[in-house]
Amino acid sequence: MSTLDPAASPAALDHAHAEHDHHELSFVRKYVFSTDHKIIGIQFLITTMLMLMVGGALALGVRWQLAFPWTSMPIVGNLLFGAQGGQISPEFYTMLFTMHATVMIFLVIIPVLAGAFGNFLIPLQIGADDMAFPTLNMLSYWFMVPAIFCFAAAMSSVLAGGMNAGPAGGWTVYPLLSALKEAAPGSGAGQTWWLLGLTLIGVSSMMGSVNYLTTIINMRAPGMTLFRMPLTIWAMFITAILQAFALPVLTAAGFMLLADREFGTTFFVPSGVIVNNAAPTIGGGQPLLWQHLFWFYSHPAVYIMLLPAMGMVSDMLACMSRKPLFGYKPMVYSIAGIAGLGFIVWGHHMFTSGMNPALGMTFMTSTMMIALPSAIKTFNWIGTMWGGRLQFNAVLLNCAGFVSMFIVGGLSGIFMAAVPVDIYFHDTYFIVAHFHYVLFGATLFGVFGAIQFWFPKMFGRMMNDTVAKWHFFLTFIGFNGTFFPMHMLGIAGMPRRYADPYMHPYLEHLLPMNQFMTCCAILMGFAQFLLLGNFLYSIFYGKPCGRNPWKANSLEWMAPSPPGHGNFDTPPVCFRGPYEYASPLAGEDDYLPQFEYRAPQEETEDGGGGDAQH
Amino acid sequence: MRKFWALFFMFWPVVAVVSFAISPAMGWWFPGPSYTPLGEQIDDLFYLILWLTSIIFIATQIAMGYVLWVGAREQTGKGLFTHGSHSLEVIWTIVPAGILLFIALYQMDVWAQYRVQSNFPEAAVRAPIAEVTARQFEWRIRYPAPGTIFEGPDDVKDWLRNPRAGDLHTVNDLHVPVGRPVLIHLRSGDVQHAFFVPDLRVKQDAVPGLVIPIWFEVTKARPYEWVCAELCGWGHYKMKARVVAESDENFQEYLQQLQHDQFDDGVPDGNEASLAQSR
Repeated sequence: MSTLDPAASPAALDHAHAEHDHHELSFVRKYVFSTDHKIIGIQFLITTMLMLMVGGALALGVRWQLAFPWTSMPIVGNLLFGAQGGQISPEFYTMLFTMHATVMIFLVIIPVLAGAFGNFLIPLQIGADDMAFPTLNMLSYWFMVPAIFCFAAAMSSVLAGGMNAGPAGGWTVYPLLSALKEAAPGSGAGQTWWLLGLTLIGVSSMMGSVNYLTTIINMRAPGMTLFRMPLTIWAMFITAILQAFALPVLTAAGFMLLADREFGTTFFVPSGVIVNNAAPTIGGGQPLLWQHLFWFYSHPAVYIMLLPAMGMVSDMLACMSRKPLFGYKPMVYSIAGIAGLGFIVWGHHMFTSGMNPALGMTFMTSTMMIALPSAIKTFNWIGTMWGGRLQFNAVLLNCAGFVSMFIVGGLSGIFMAAVPVDIYFHDTYFIVAHFHYVLFGATLFGVFGAIQFWFPKMFGRMMNDTVAKWHFFLTFIGFNGTFFPMHMLGIAGMPRRYADPYMHPYLEHLLPMNQFMTCCAILMGFAQFLLLGNFLYSIFYGKPCGRNPWKANSLEWMAPSPPGHGNFDTPPVCFRGPYEYASPLAGEDDYLPQFEYRAPQEETEDGGGGDAQH
Repeated sequence: MRKFWALFFMFWPVVAVVSFAISPAMGWWFPGPSYTPLGEQIDDLFYLILWLTSIIFIATQIAMGYVLWVGAREQTGKGLFTHGSHSLEVIWTIVPAGILLFIALYQMDVWAQYRVQSNFPEAAVRAPIAEVTARQFEWRIRYPAPGTIFEGPDDVKDWLRNPRAGDLHTVNDLHVPVGRPVLIHLRSGDVQHAFFVPDLRVKQDAVPGLVIPIWFEVTKARPYEWVCAELCGWGHYKMKARVVAESDENFQEYLQQLQHDQFDDGVPDGNEASLAQSR
């Protein structure tokens, strides 16, 4: 295949050449404080994969307590708290689930999607040589590192302060539990560190999103119209908008909470509250204000944690089905629809909070409506696979897993969107099942697929497909074994965040089920070593690959693997939409890349989302 | 191997459906039937959504299994060259929209009965049974003195603001009369908690600074387990309490007993009179 480039003037080529010349960067500038979007993306990816293991270990601590309450964890138990006989204390349990959620949300899912894949893919897929603001991009990674230190300090206050220390508010940090230090004795420094970490990670995301928006708007290659962008880019674009508009609210709220905790303000503290026999509080604040502010960010954040994965899965499914994406524009509009509606559904987290009941009805209606674009997307994914020549590799399996799990997560959401039913299900394990199906079942399977799919572009080598299939198989079984029974726990009325549910007679009989779930969770945890091992081994010993090992269509596959500084040998030009698989114009091949030129008369009117205008 | 994976994606939804189907028999289901009329309606709504979502779940998983199976078989030549179908998009936008809107509208009535104060049963509003104050990690209950008749909403408000000398106090044990709507006022003394009685399908957060009325009607006289459903500190799991529903006579008897326990100082006479004065 030849890449014909009508736009490449000698001057442009000279410029590209000049960019390739200044490679005399020191190791530190090149790999540590790098301004190259690809290195930053890989930095984010490796950091988040390590954090995934940390978050998983915390989850296993939670699962251990639920399966074998008040018994010593093997090995770890005696190391951590030998003095107590290796037993987890309720305070430590609270810290475990708080930090599990924190690590998974703020240090894994958000940075792996926006940070790792957003950084790596945006310039490559739109045909730019780097981000619009490379230094800002570097800072966005390096603001995450102090955030990790803050969260680590929050956790390790356990070691300093004894067993009852550590953040104790859950990841939702509802005041007054989080606003008054006396409410959770020992949480003192830990919870404050936690809030600082949250602020820093917010700064990091904000820098990223400003950069993504600017880059996508301004730096698209010639011919890359908005409706020729791959869905990954659309998803990243809309996610960046969500972040830019929602994050300031969380950051402001976080500072208010910090001030309530440390400086004696009372934004969230009403008067006359006596916590732990301390003096009554003075103030006129309102705890519900926090919930409104927090969910005004955190509901859009749910989509920040999902939309990029949806975009990437759309790209991968089309490629692995060797078939154009079904309904490109409806897919774009439904992403936009989810994002728009995402700003007016936050109240569905607060149905039982005592807010005005009329709000319950309006939020129920808007929440029901947000299921609609998700449904449209699901149908289109199945439509994409329909009639394709499916390549049953680990990428396709993870994407099919994504769709299959997303259906469960989407449908279980309807129960809680319905206010009366939510009266019963609110804060039970049903919601725990629901968001794990969305965030793990959907997003993480999408990420596993994306790692497998874009690894060749990152490192110039393939990951092992057989190992990746085993990883998928074991993770899928372990995942469903862990989280599907949680629906039943929820129906049985088991509240979440209980260190010992079995002291309540109506929950006693659920112990064996919890033990089964913990076994599945351990299986799932160990399966992640396959991913990690495969990843590390393949960086050095994987099968070398060419530019386009998947025979895919978007612009990143035109660049060398791995792309050098400045990404492309010649500035790319985009000639058509990104999903021209199985096109009759492609001749022998079953794909027609965006960067490959065809004589104008051969182009048909129906050019796959992008109509040919040249 | 391709067919194995297609079967794999068909197999797991079967396991999912079967495990849901056997759950009630295995005891992995509601702790029991609902013992409030509103709770029964909530259960009905739950089953309605369960049926609808089950049908959609099965249909989409079959569709997915089918395309995977066909895709596993067909490997030669090119895939179907199509960019989508306008009419299909319209159908699968309008049909789910209709279903979702139907669910939303259908649910509103029960919610309005449960939470909108103008719909609360009047008799229950006039004579609240008790004020429940959640604390780390217990439920404090305050009954108005037996025989108290509130003069109106302002009098109730006054009682909520200013505890009265004859009020009866107890912890973790709420008694209510059976067979008629009862109303309690929920508040929190420190952090946020949630009043959750699974068998009655009642849940309401207790928010510091707010007084939130909840009403329910218990249909069967027996004790019910009552727990906390909002993270409130290290002892969140151990806010174990009970709601006891009993006949009106037993309820009055219970209050008399409580009053006796609270005010009886062991001196043989005279205390009855002083009690009456203190009211």
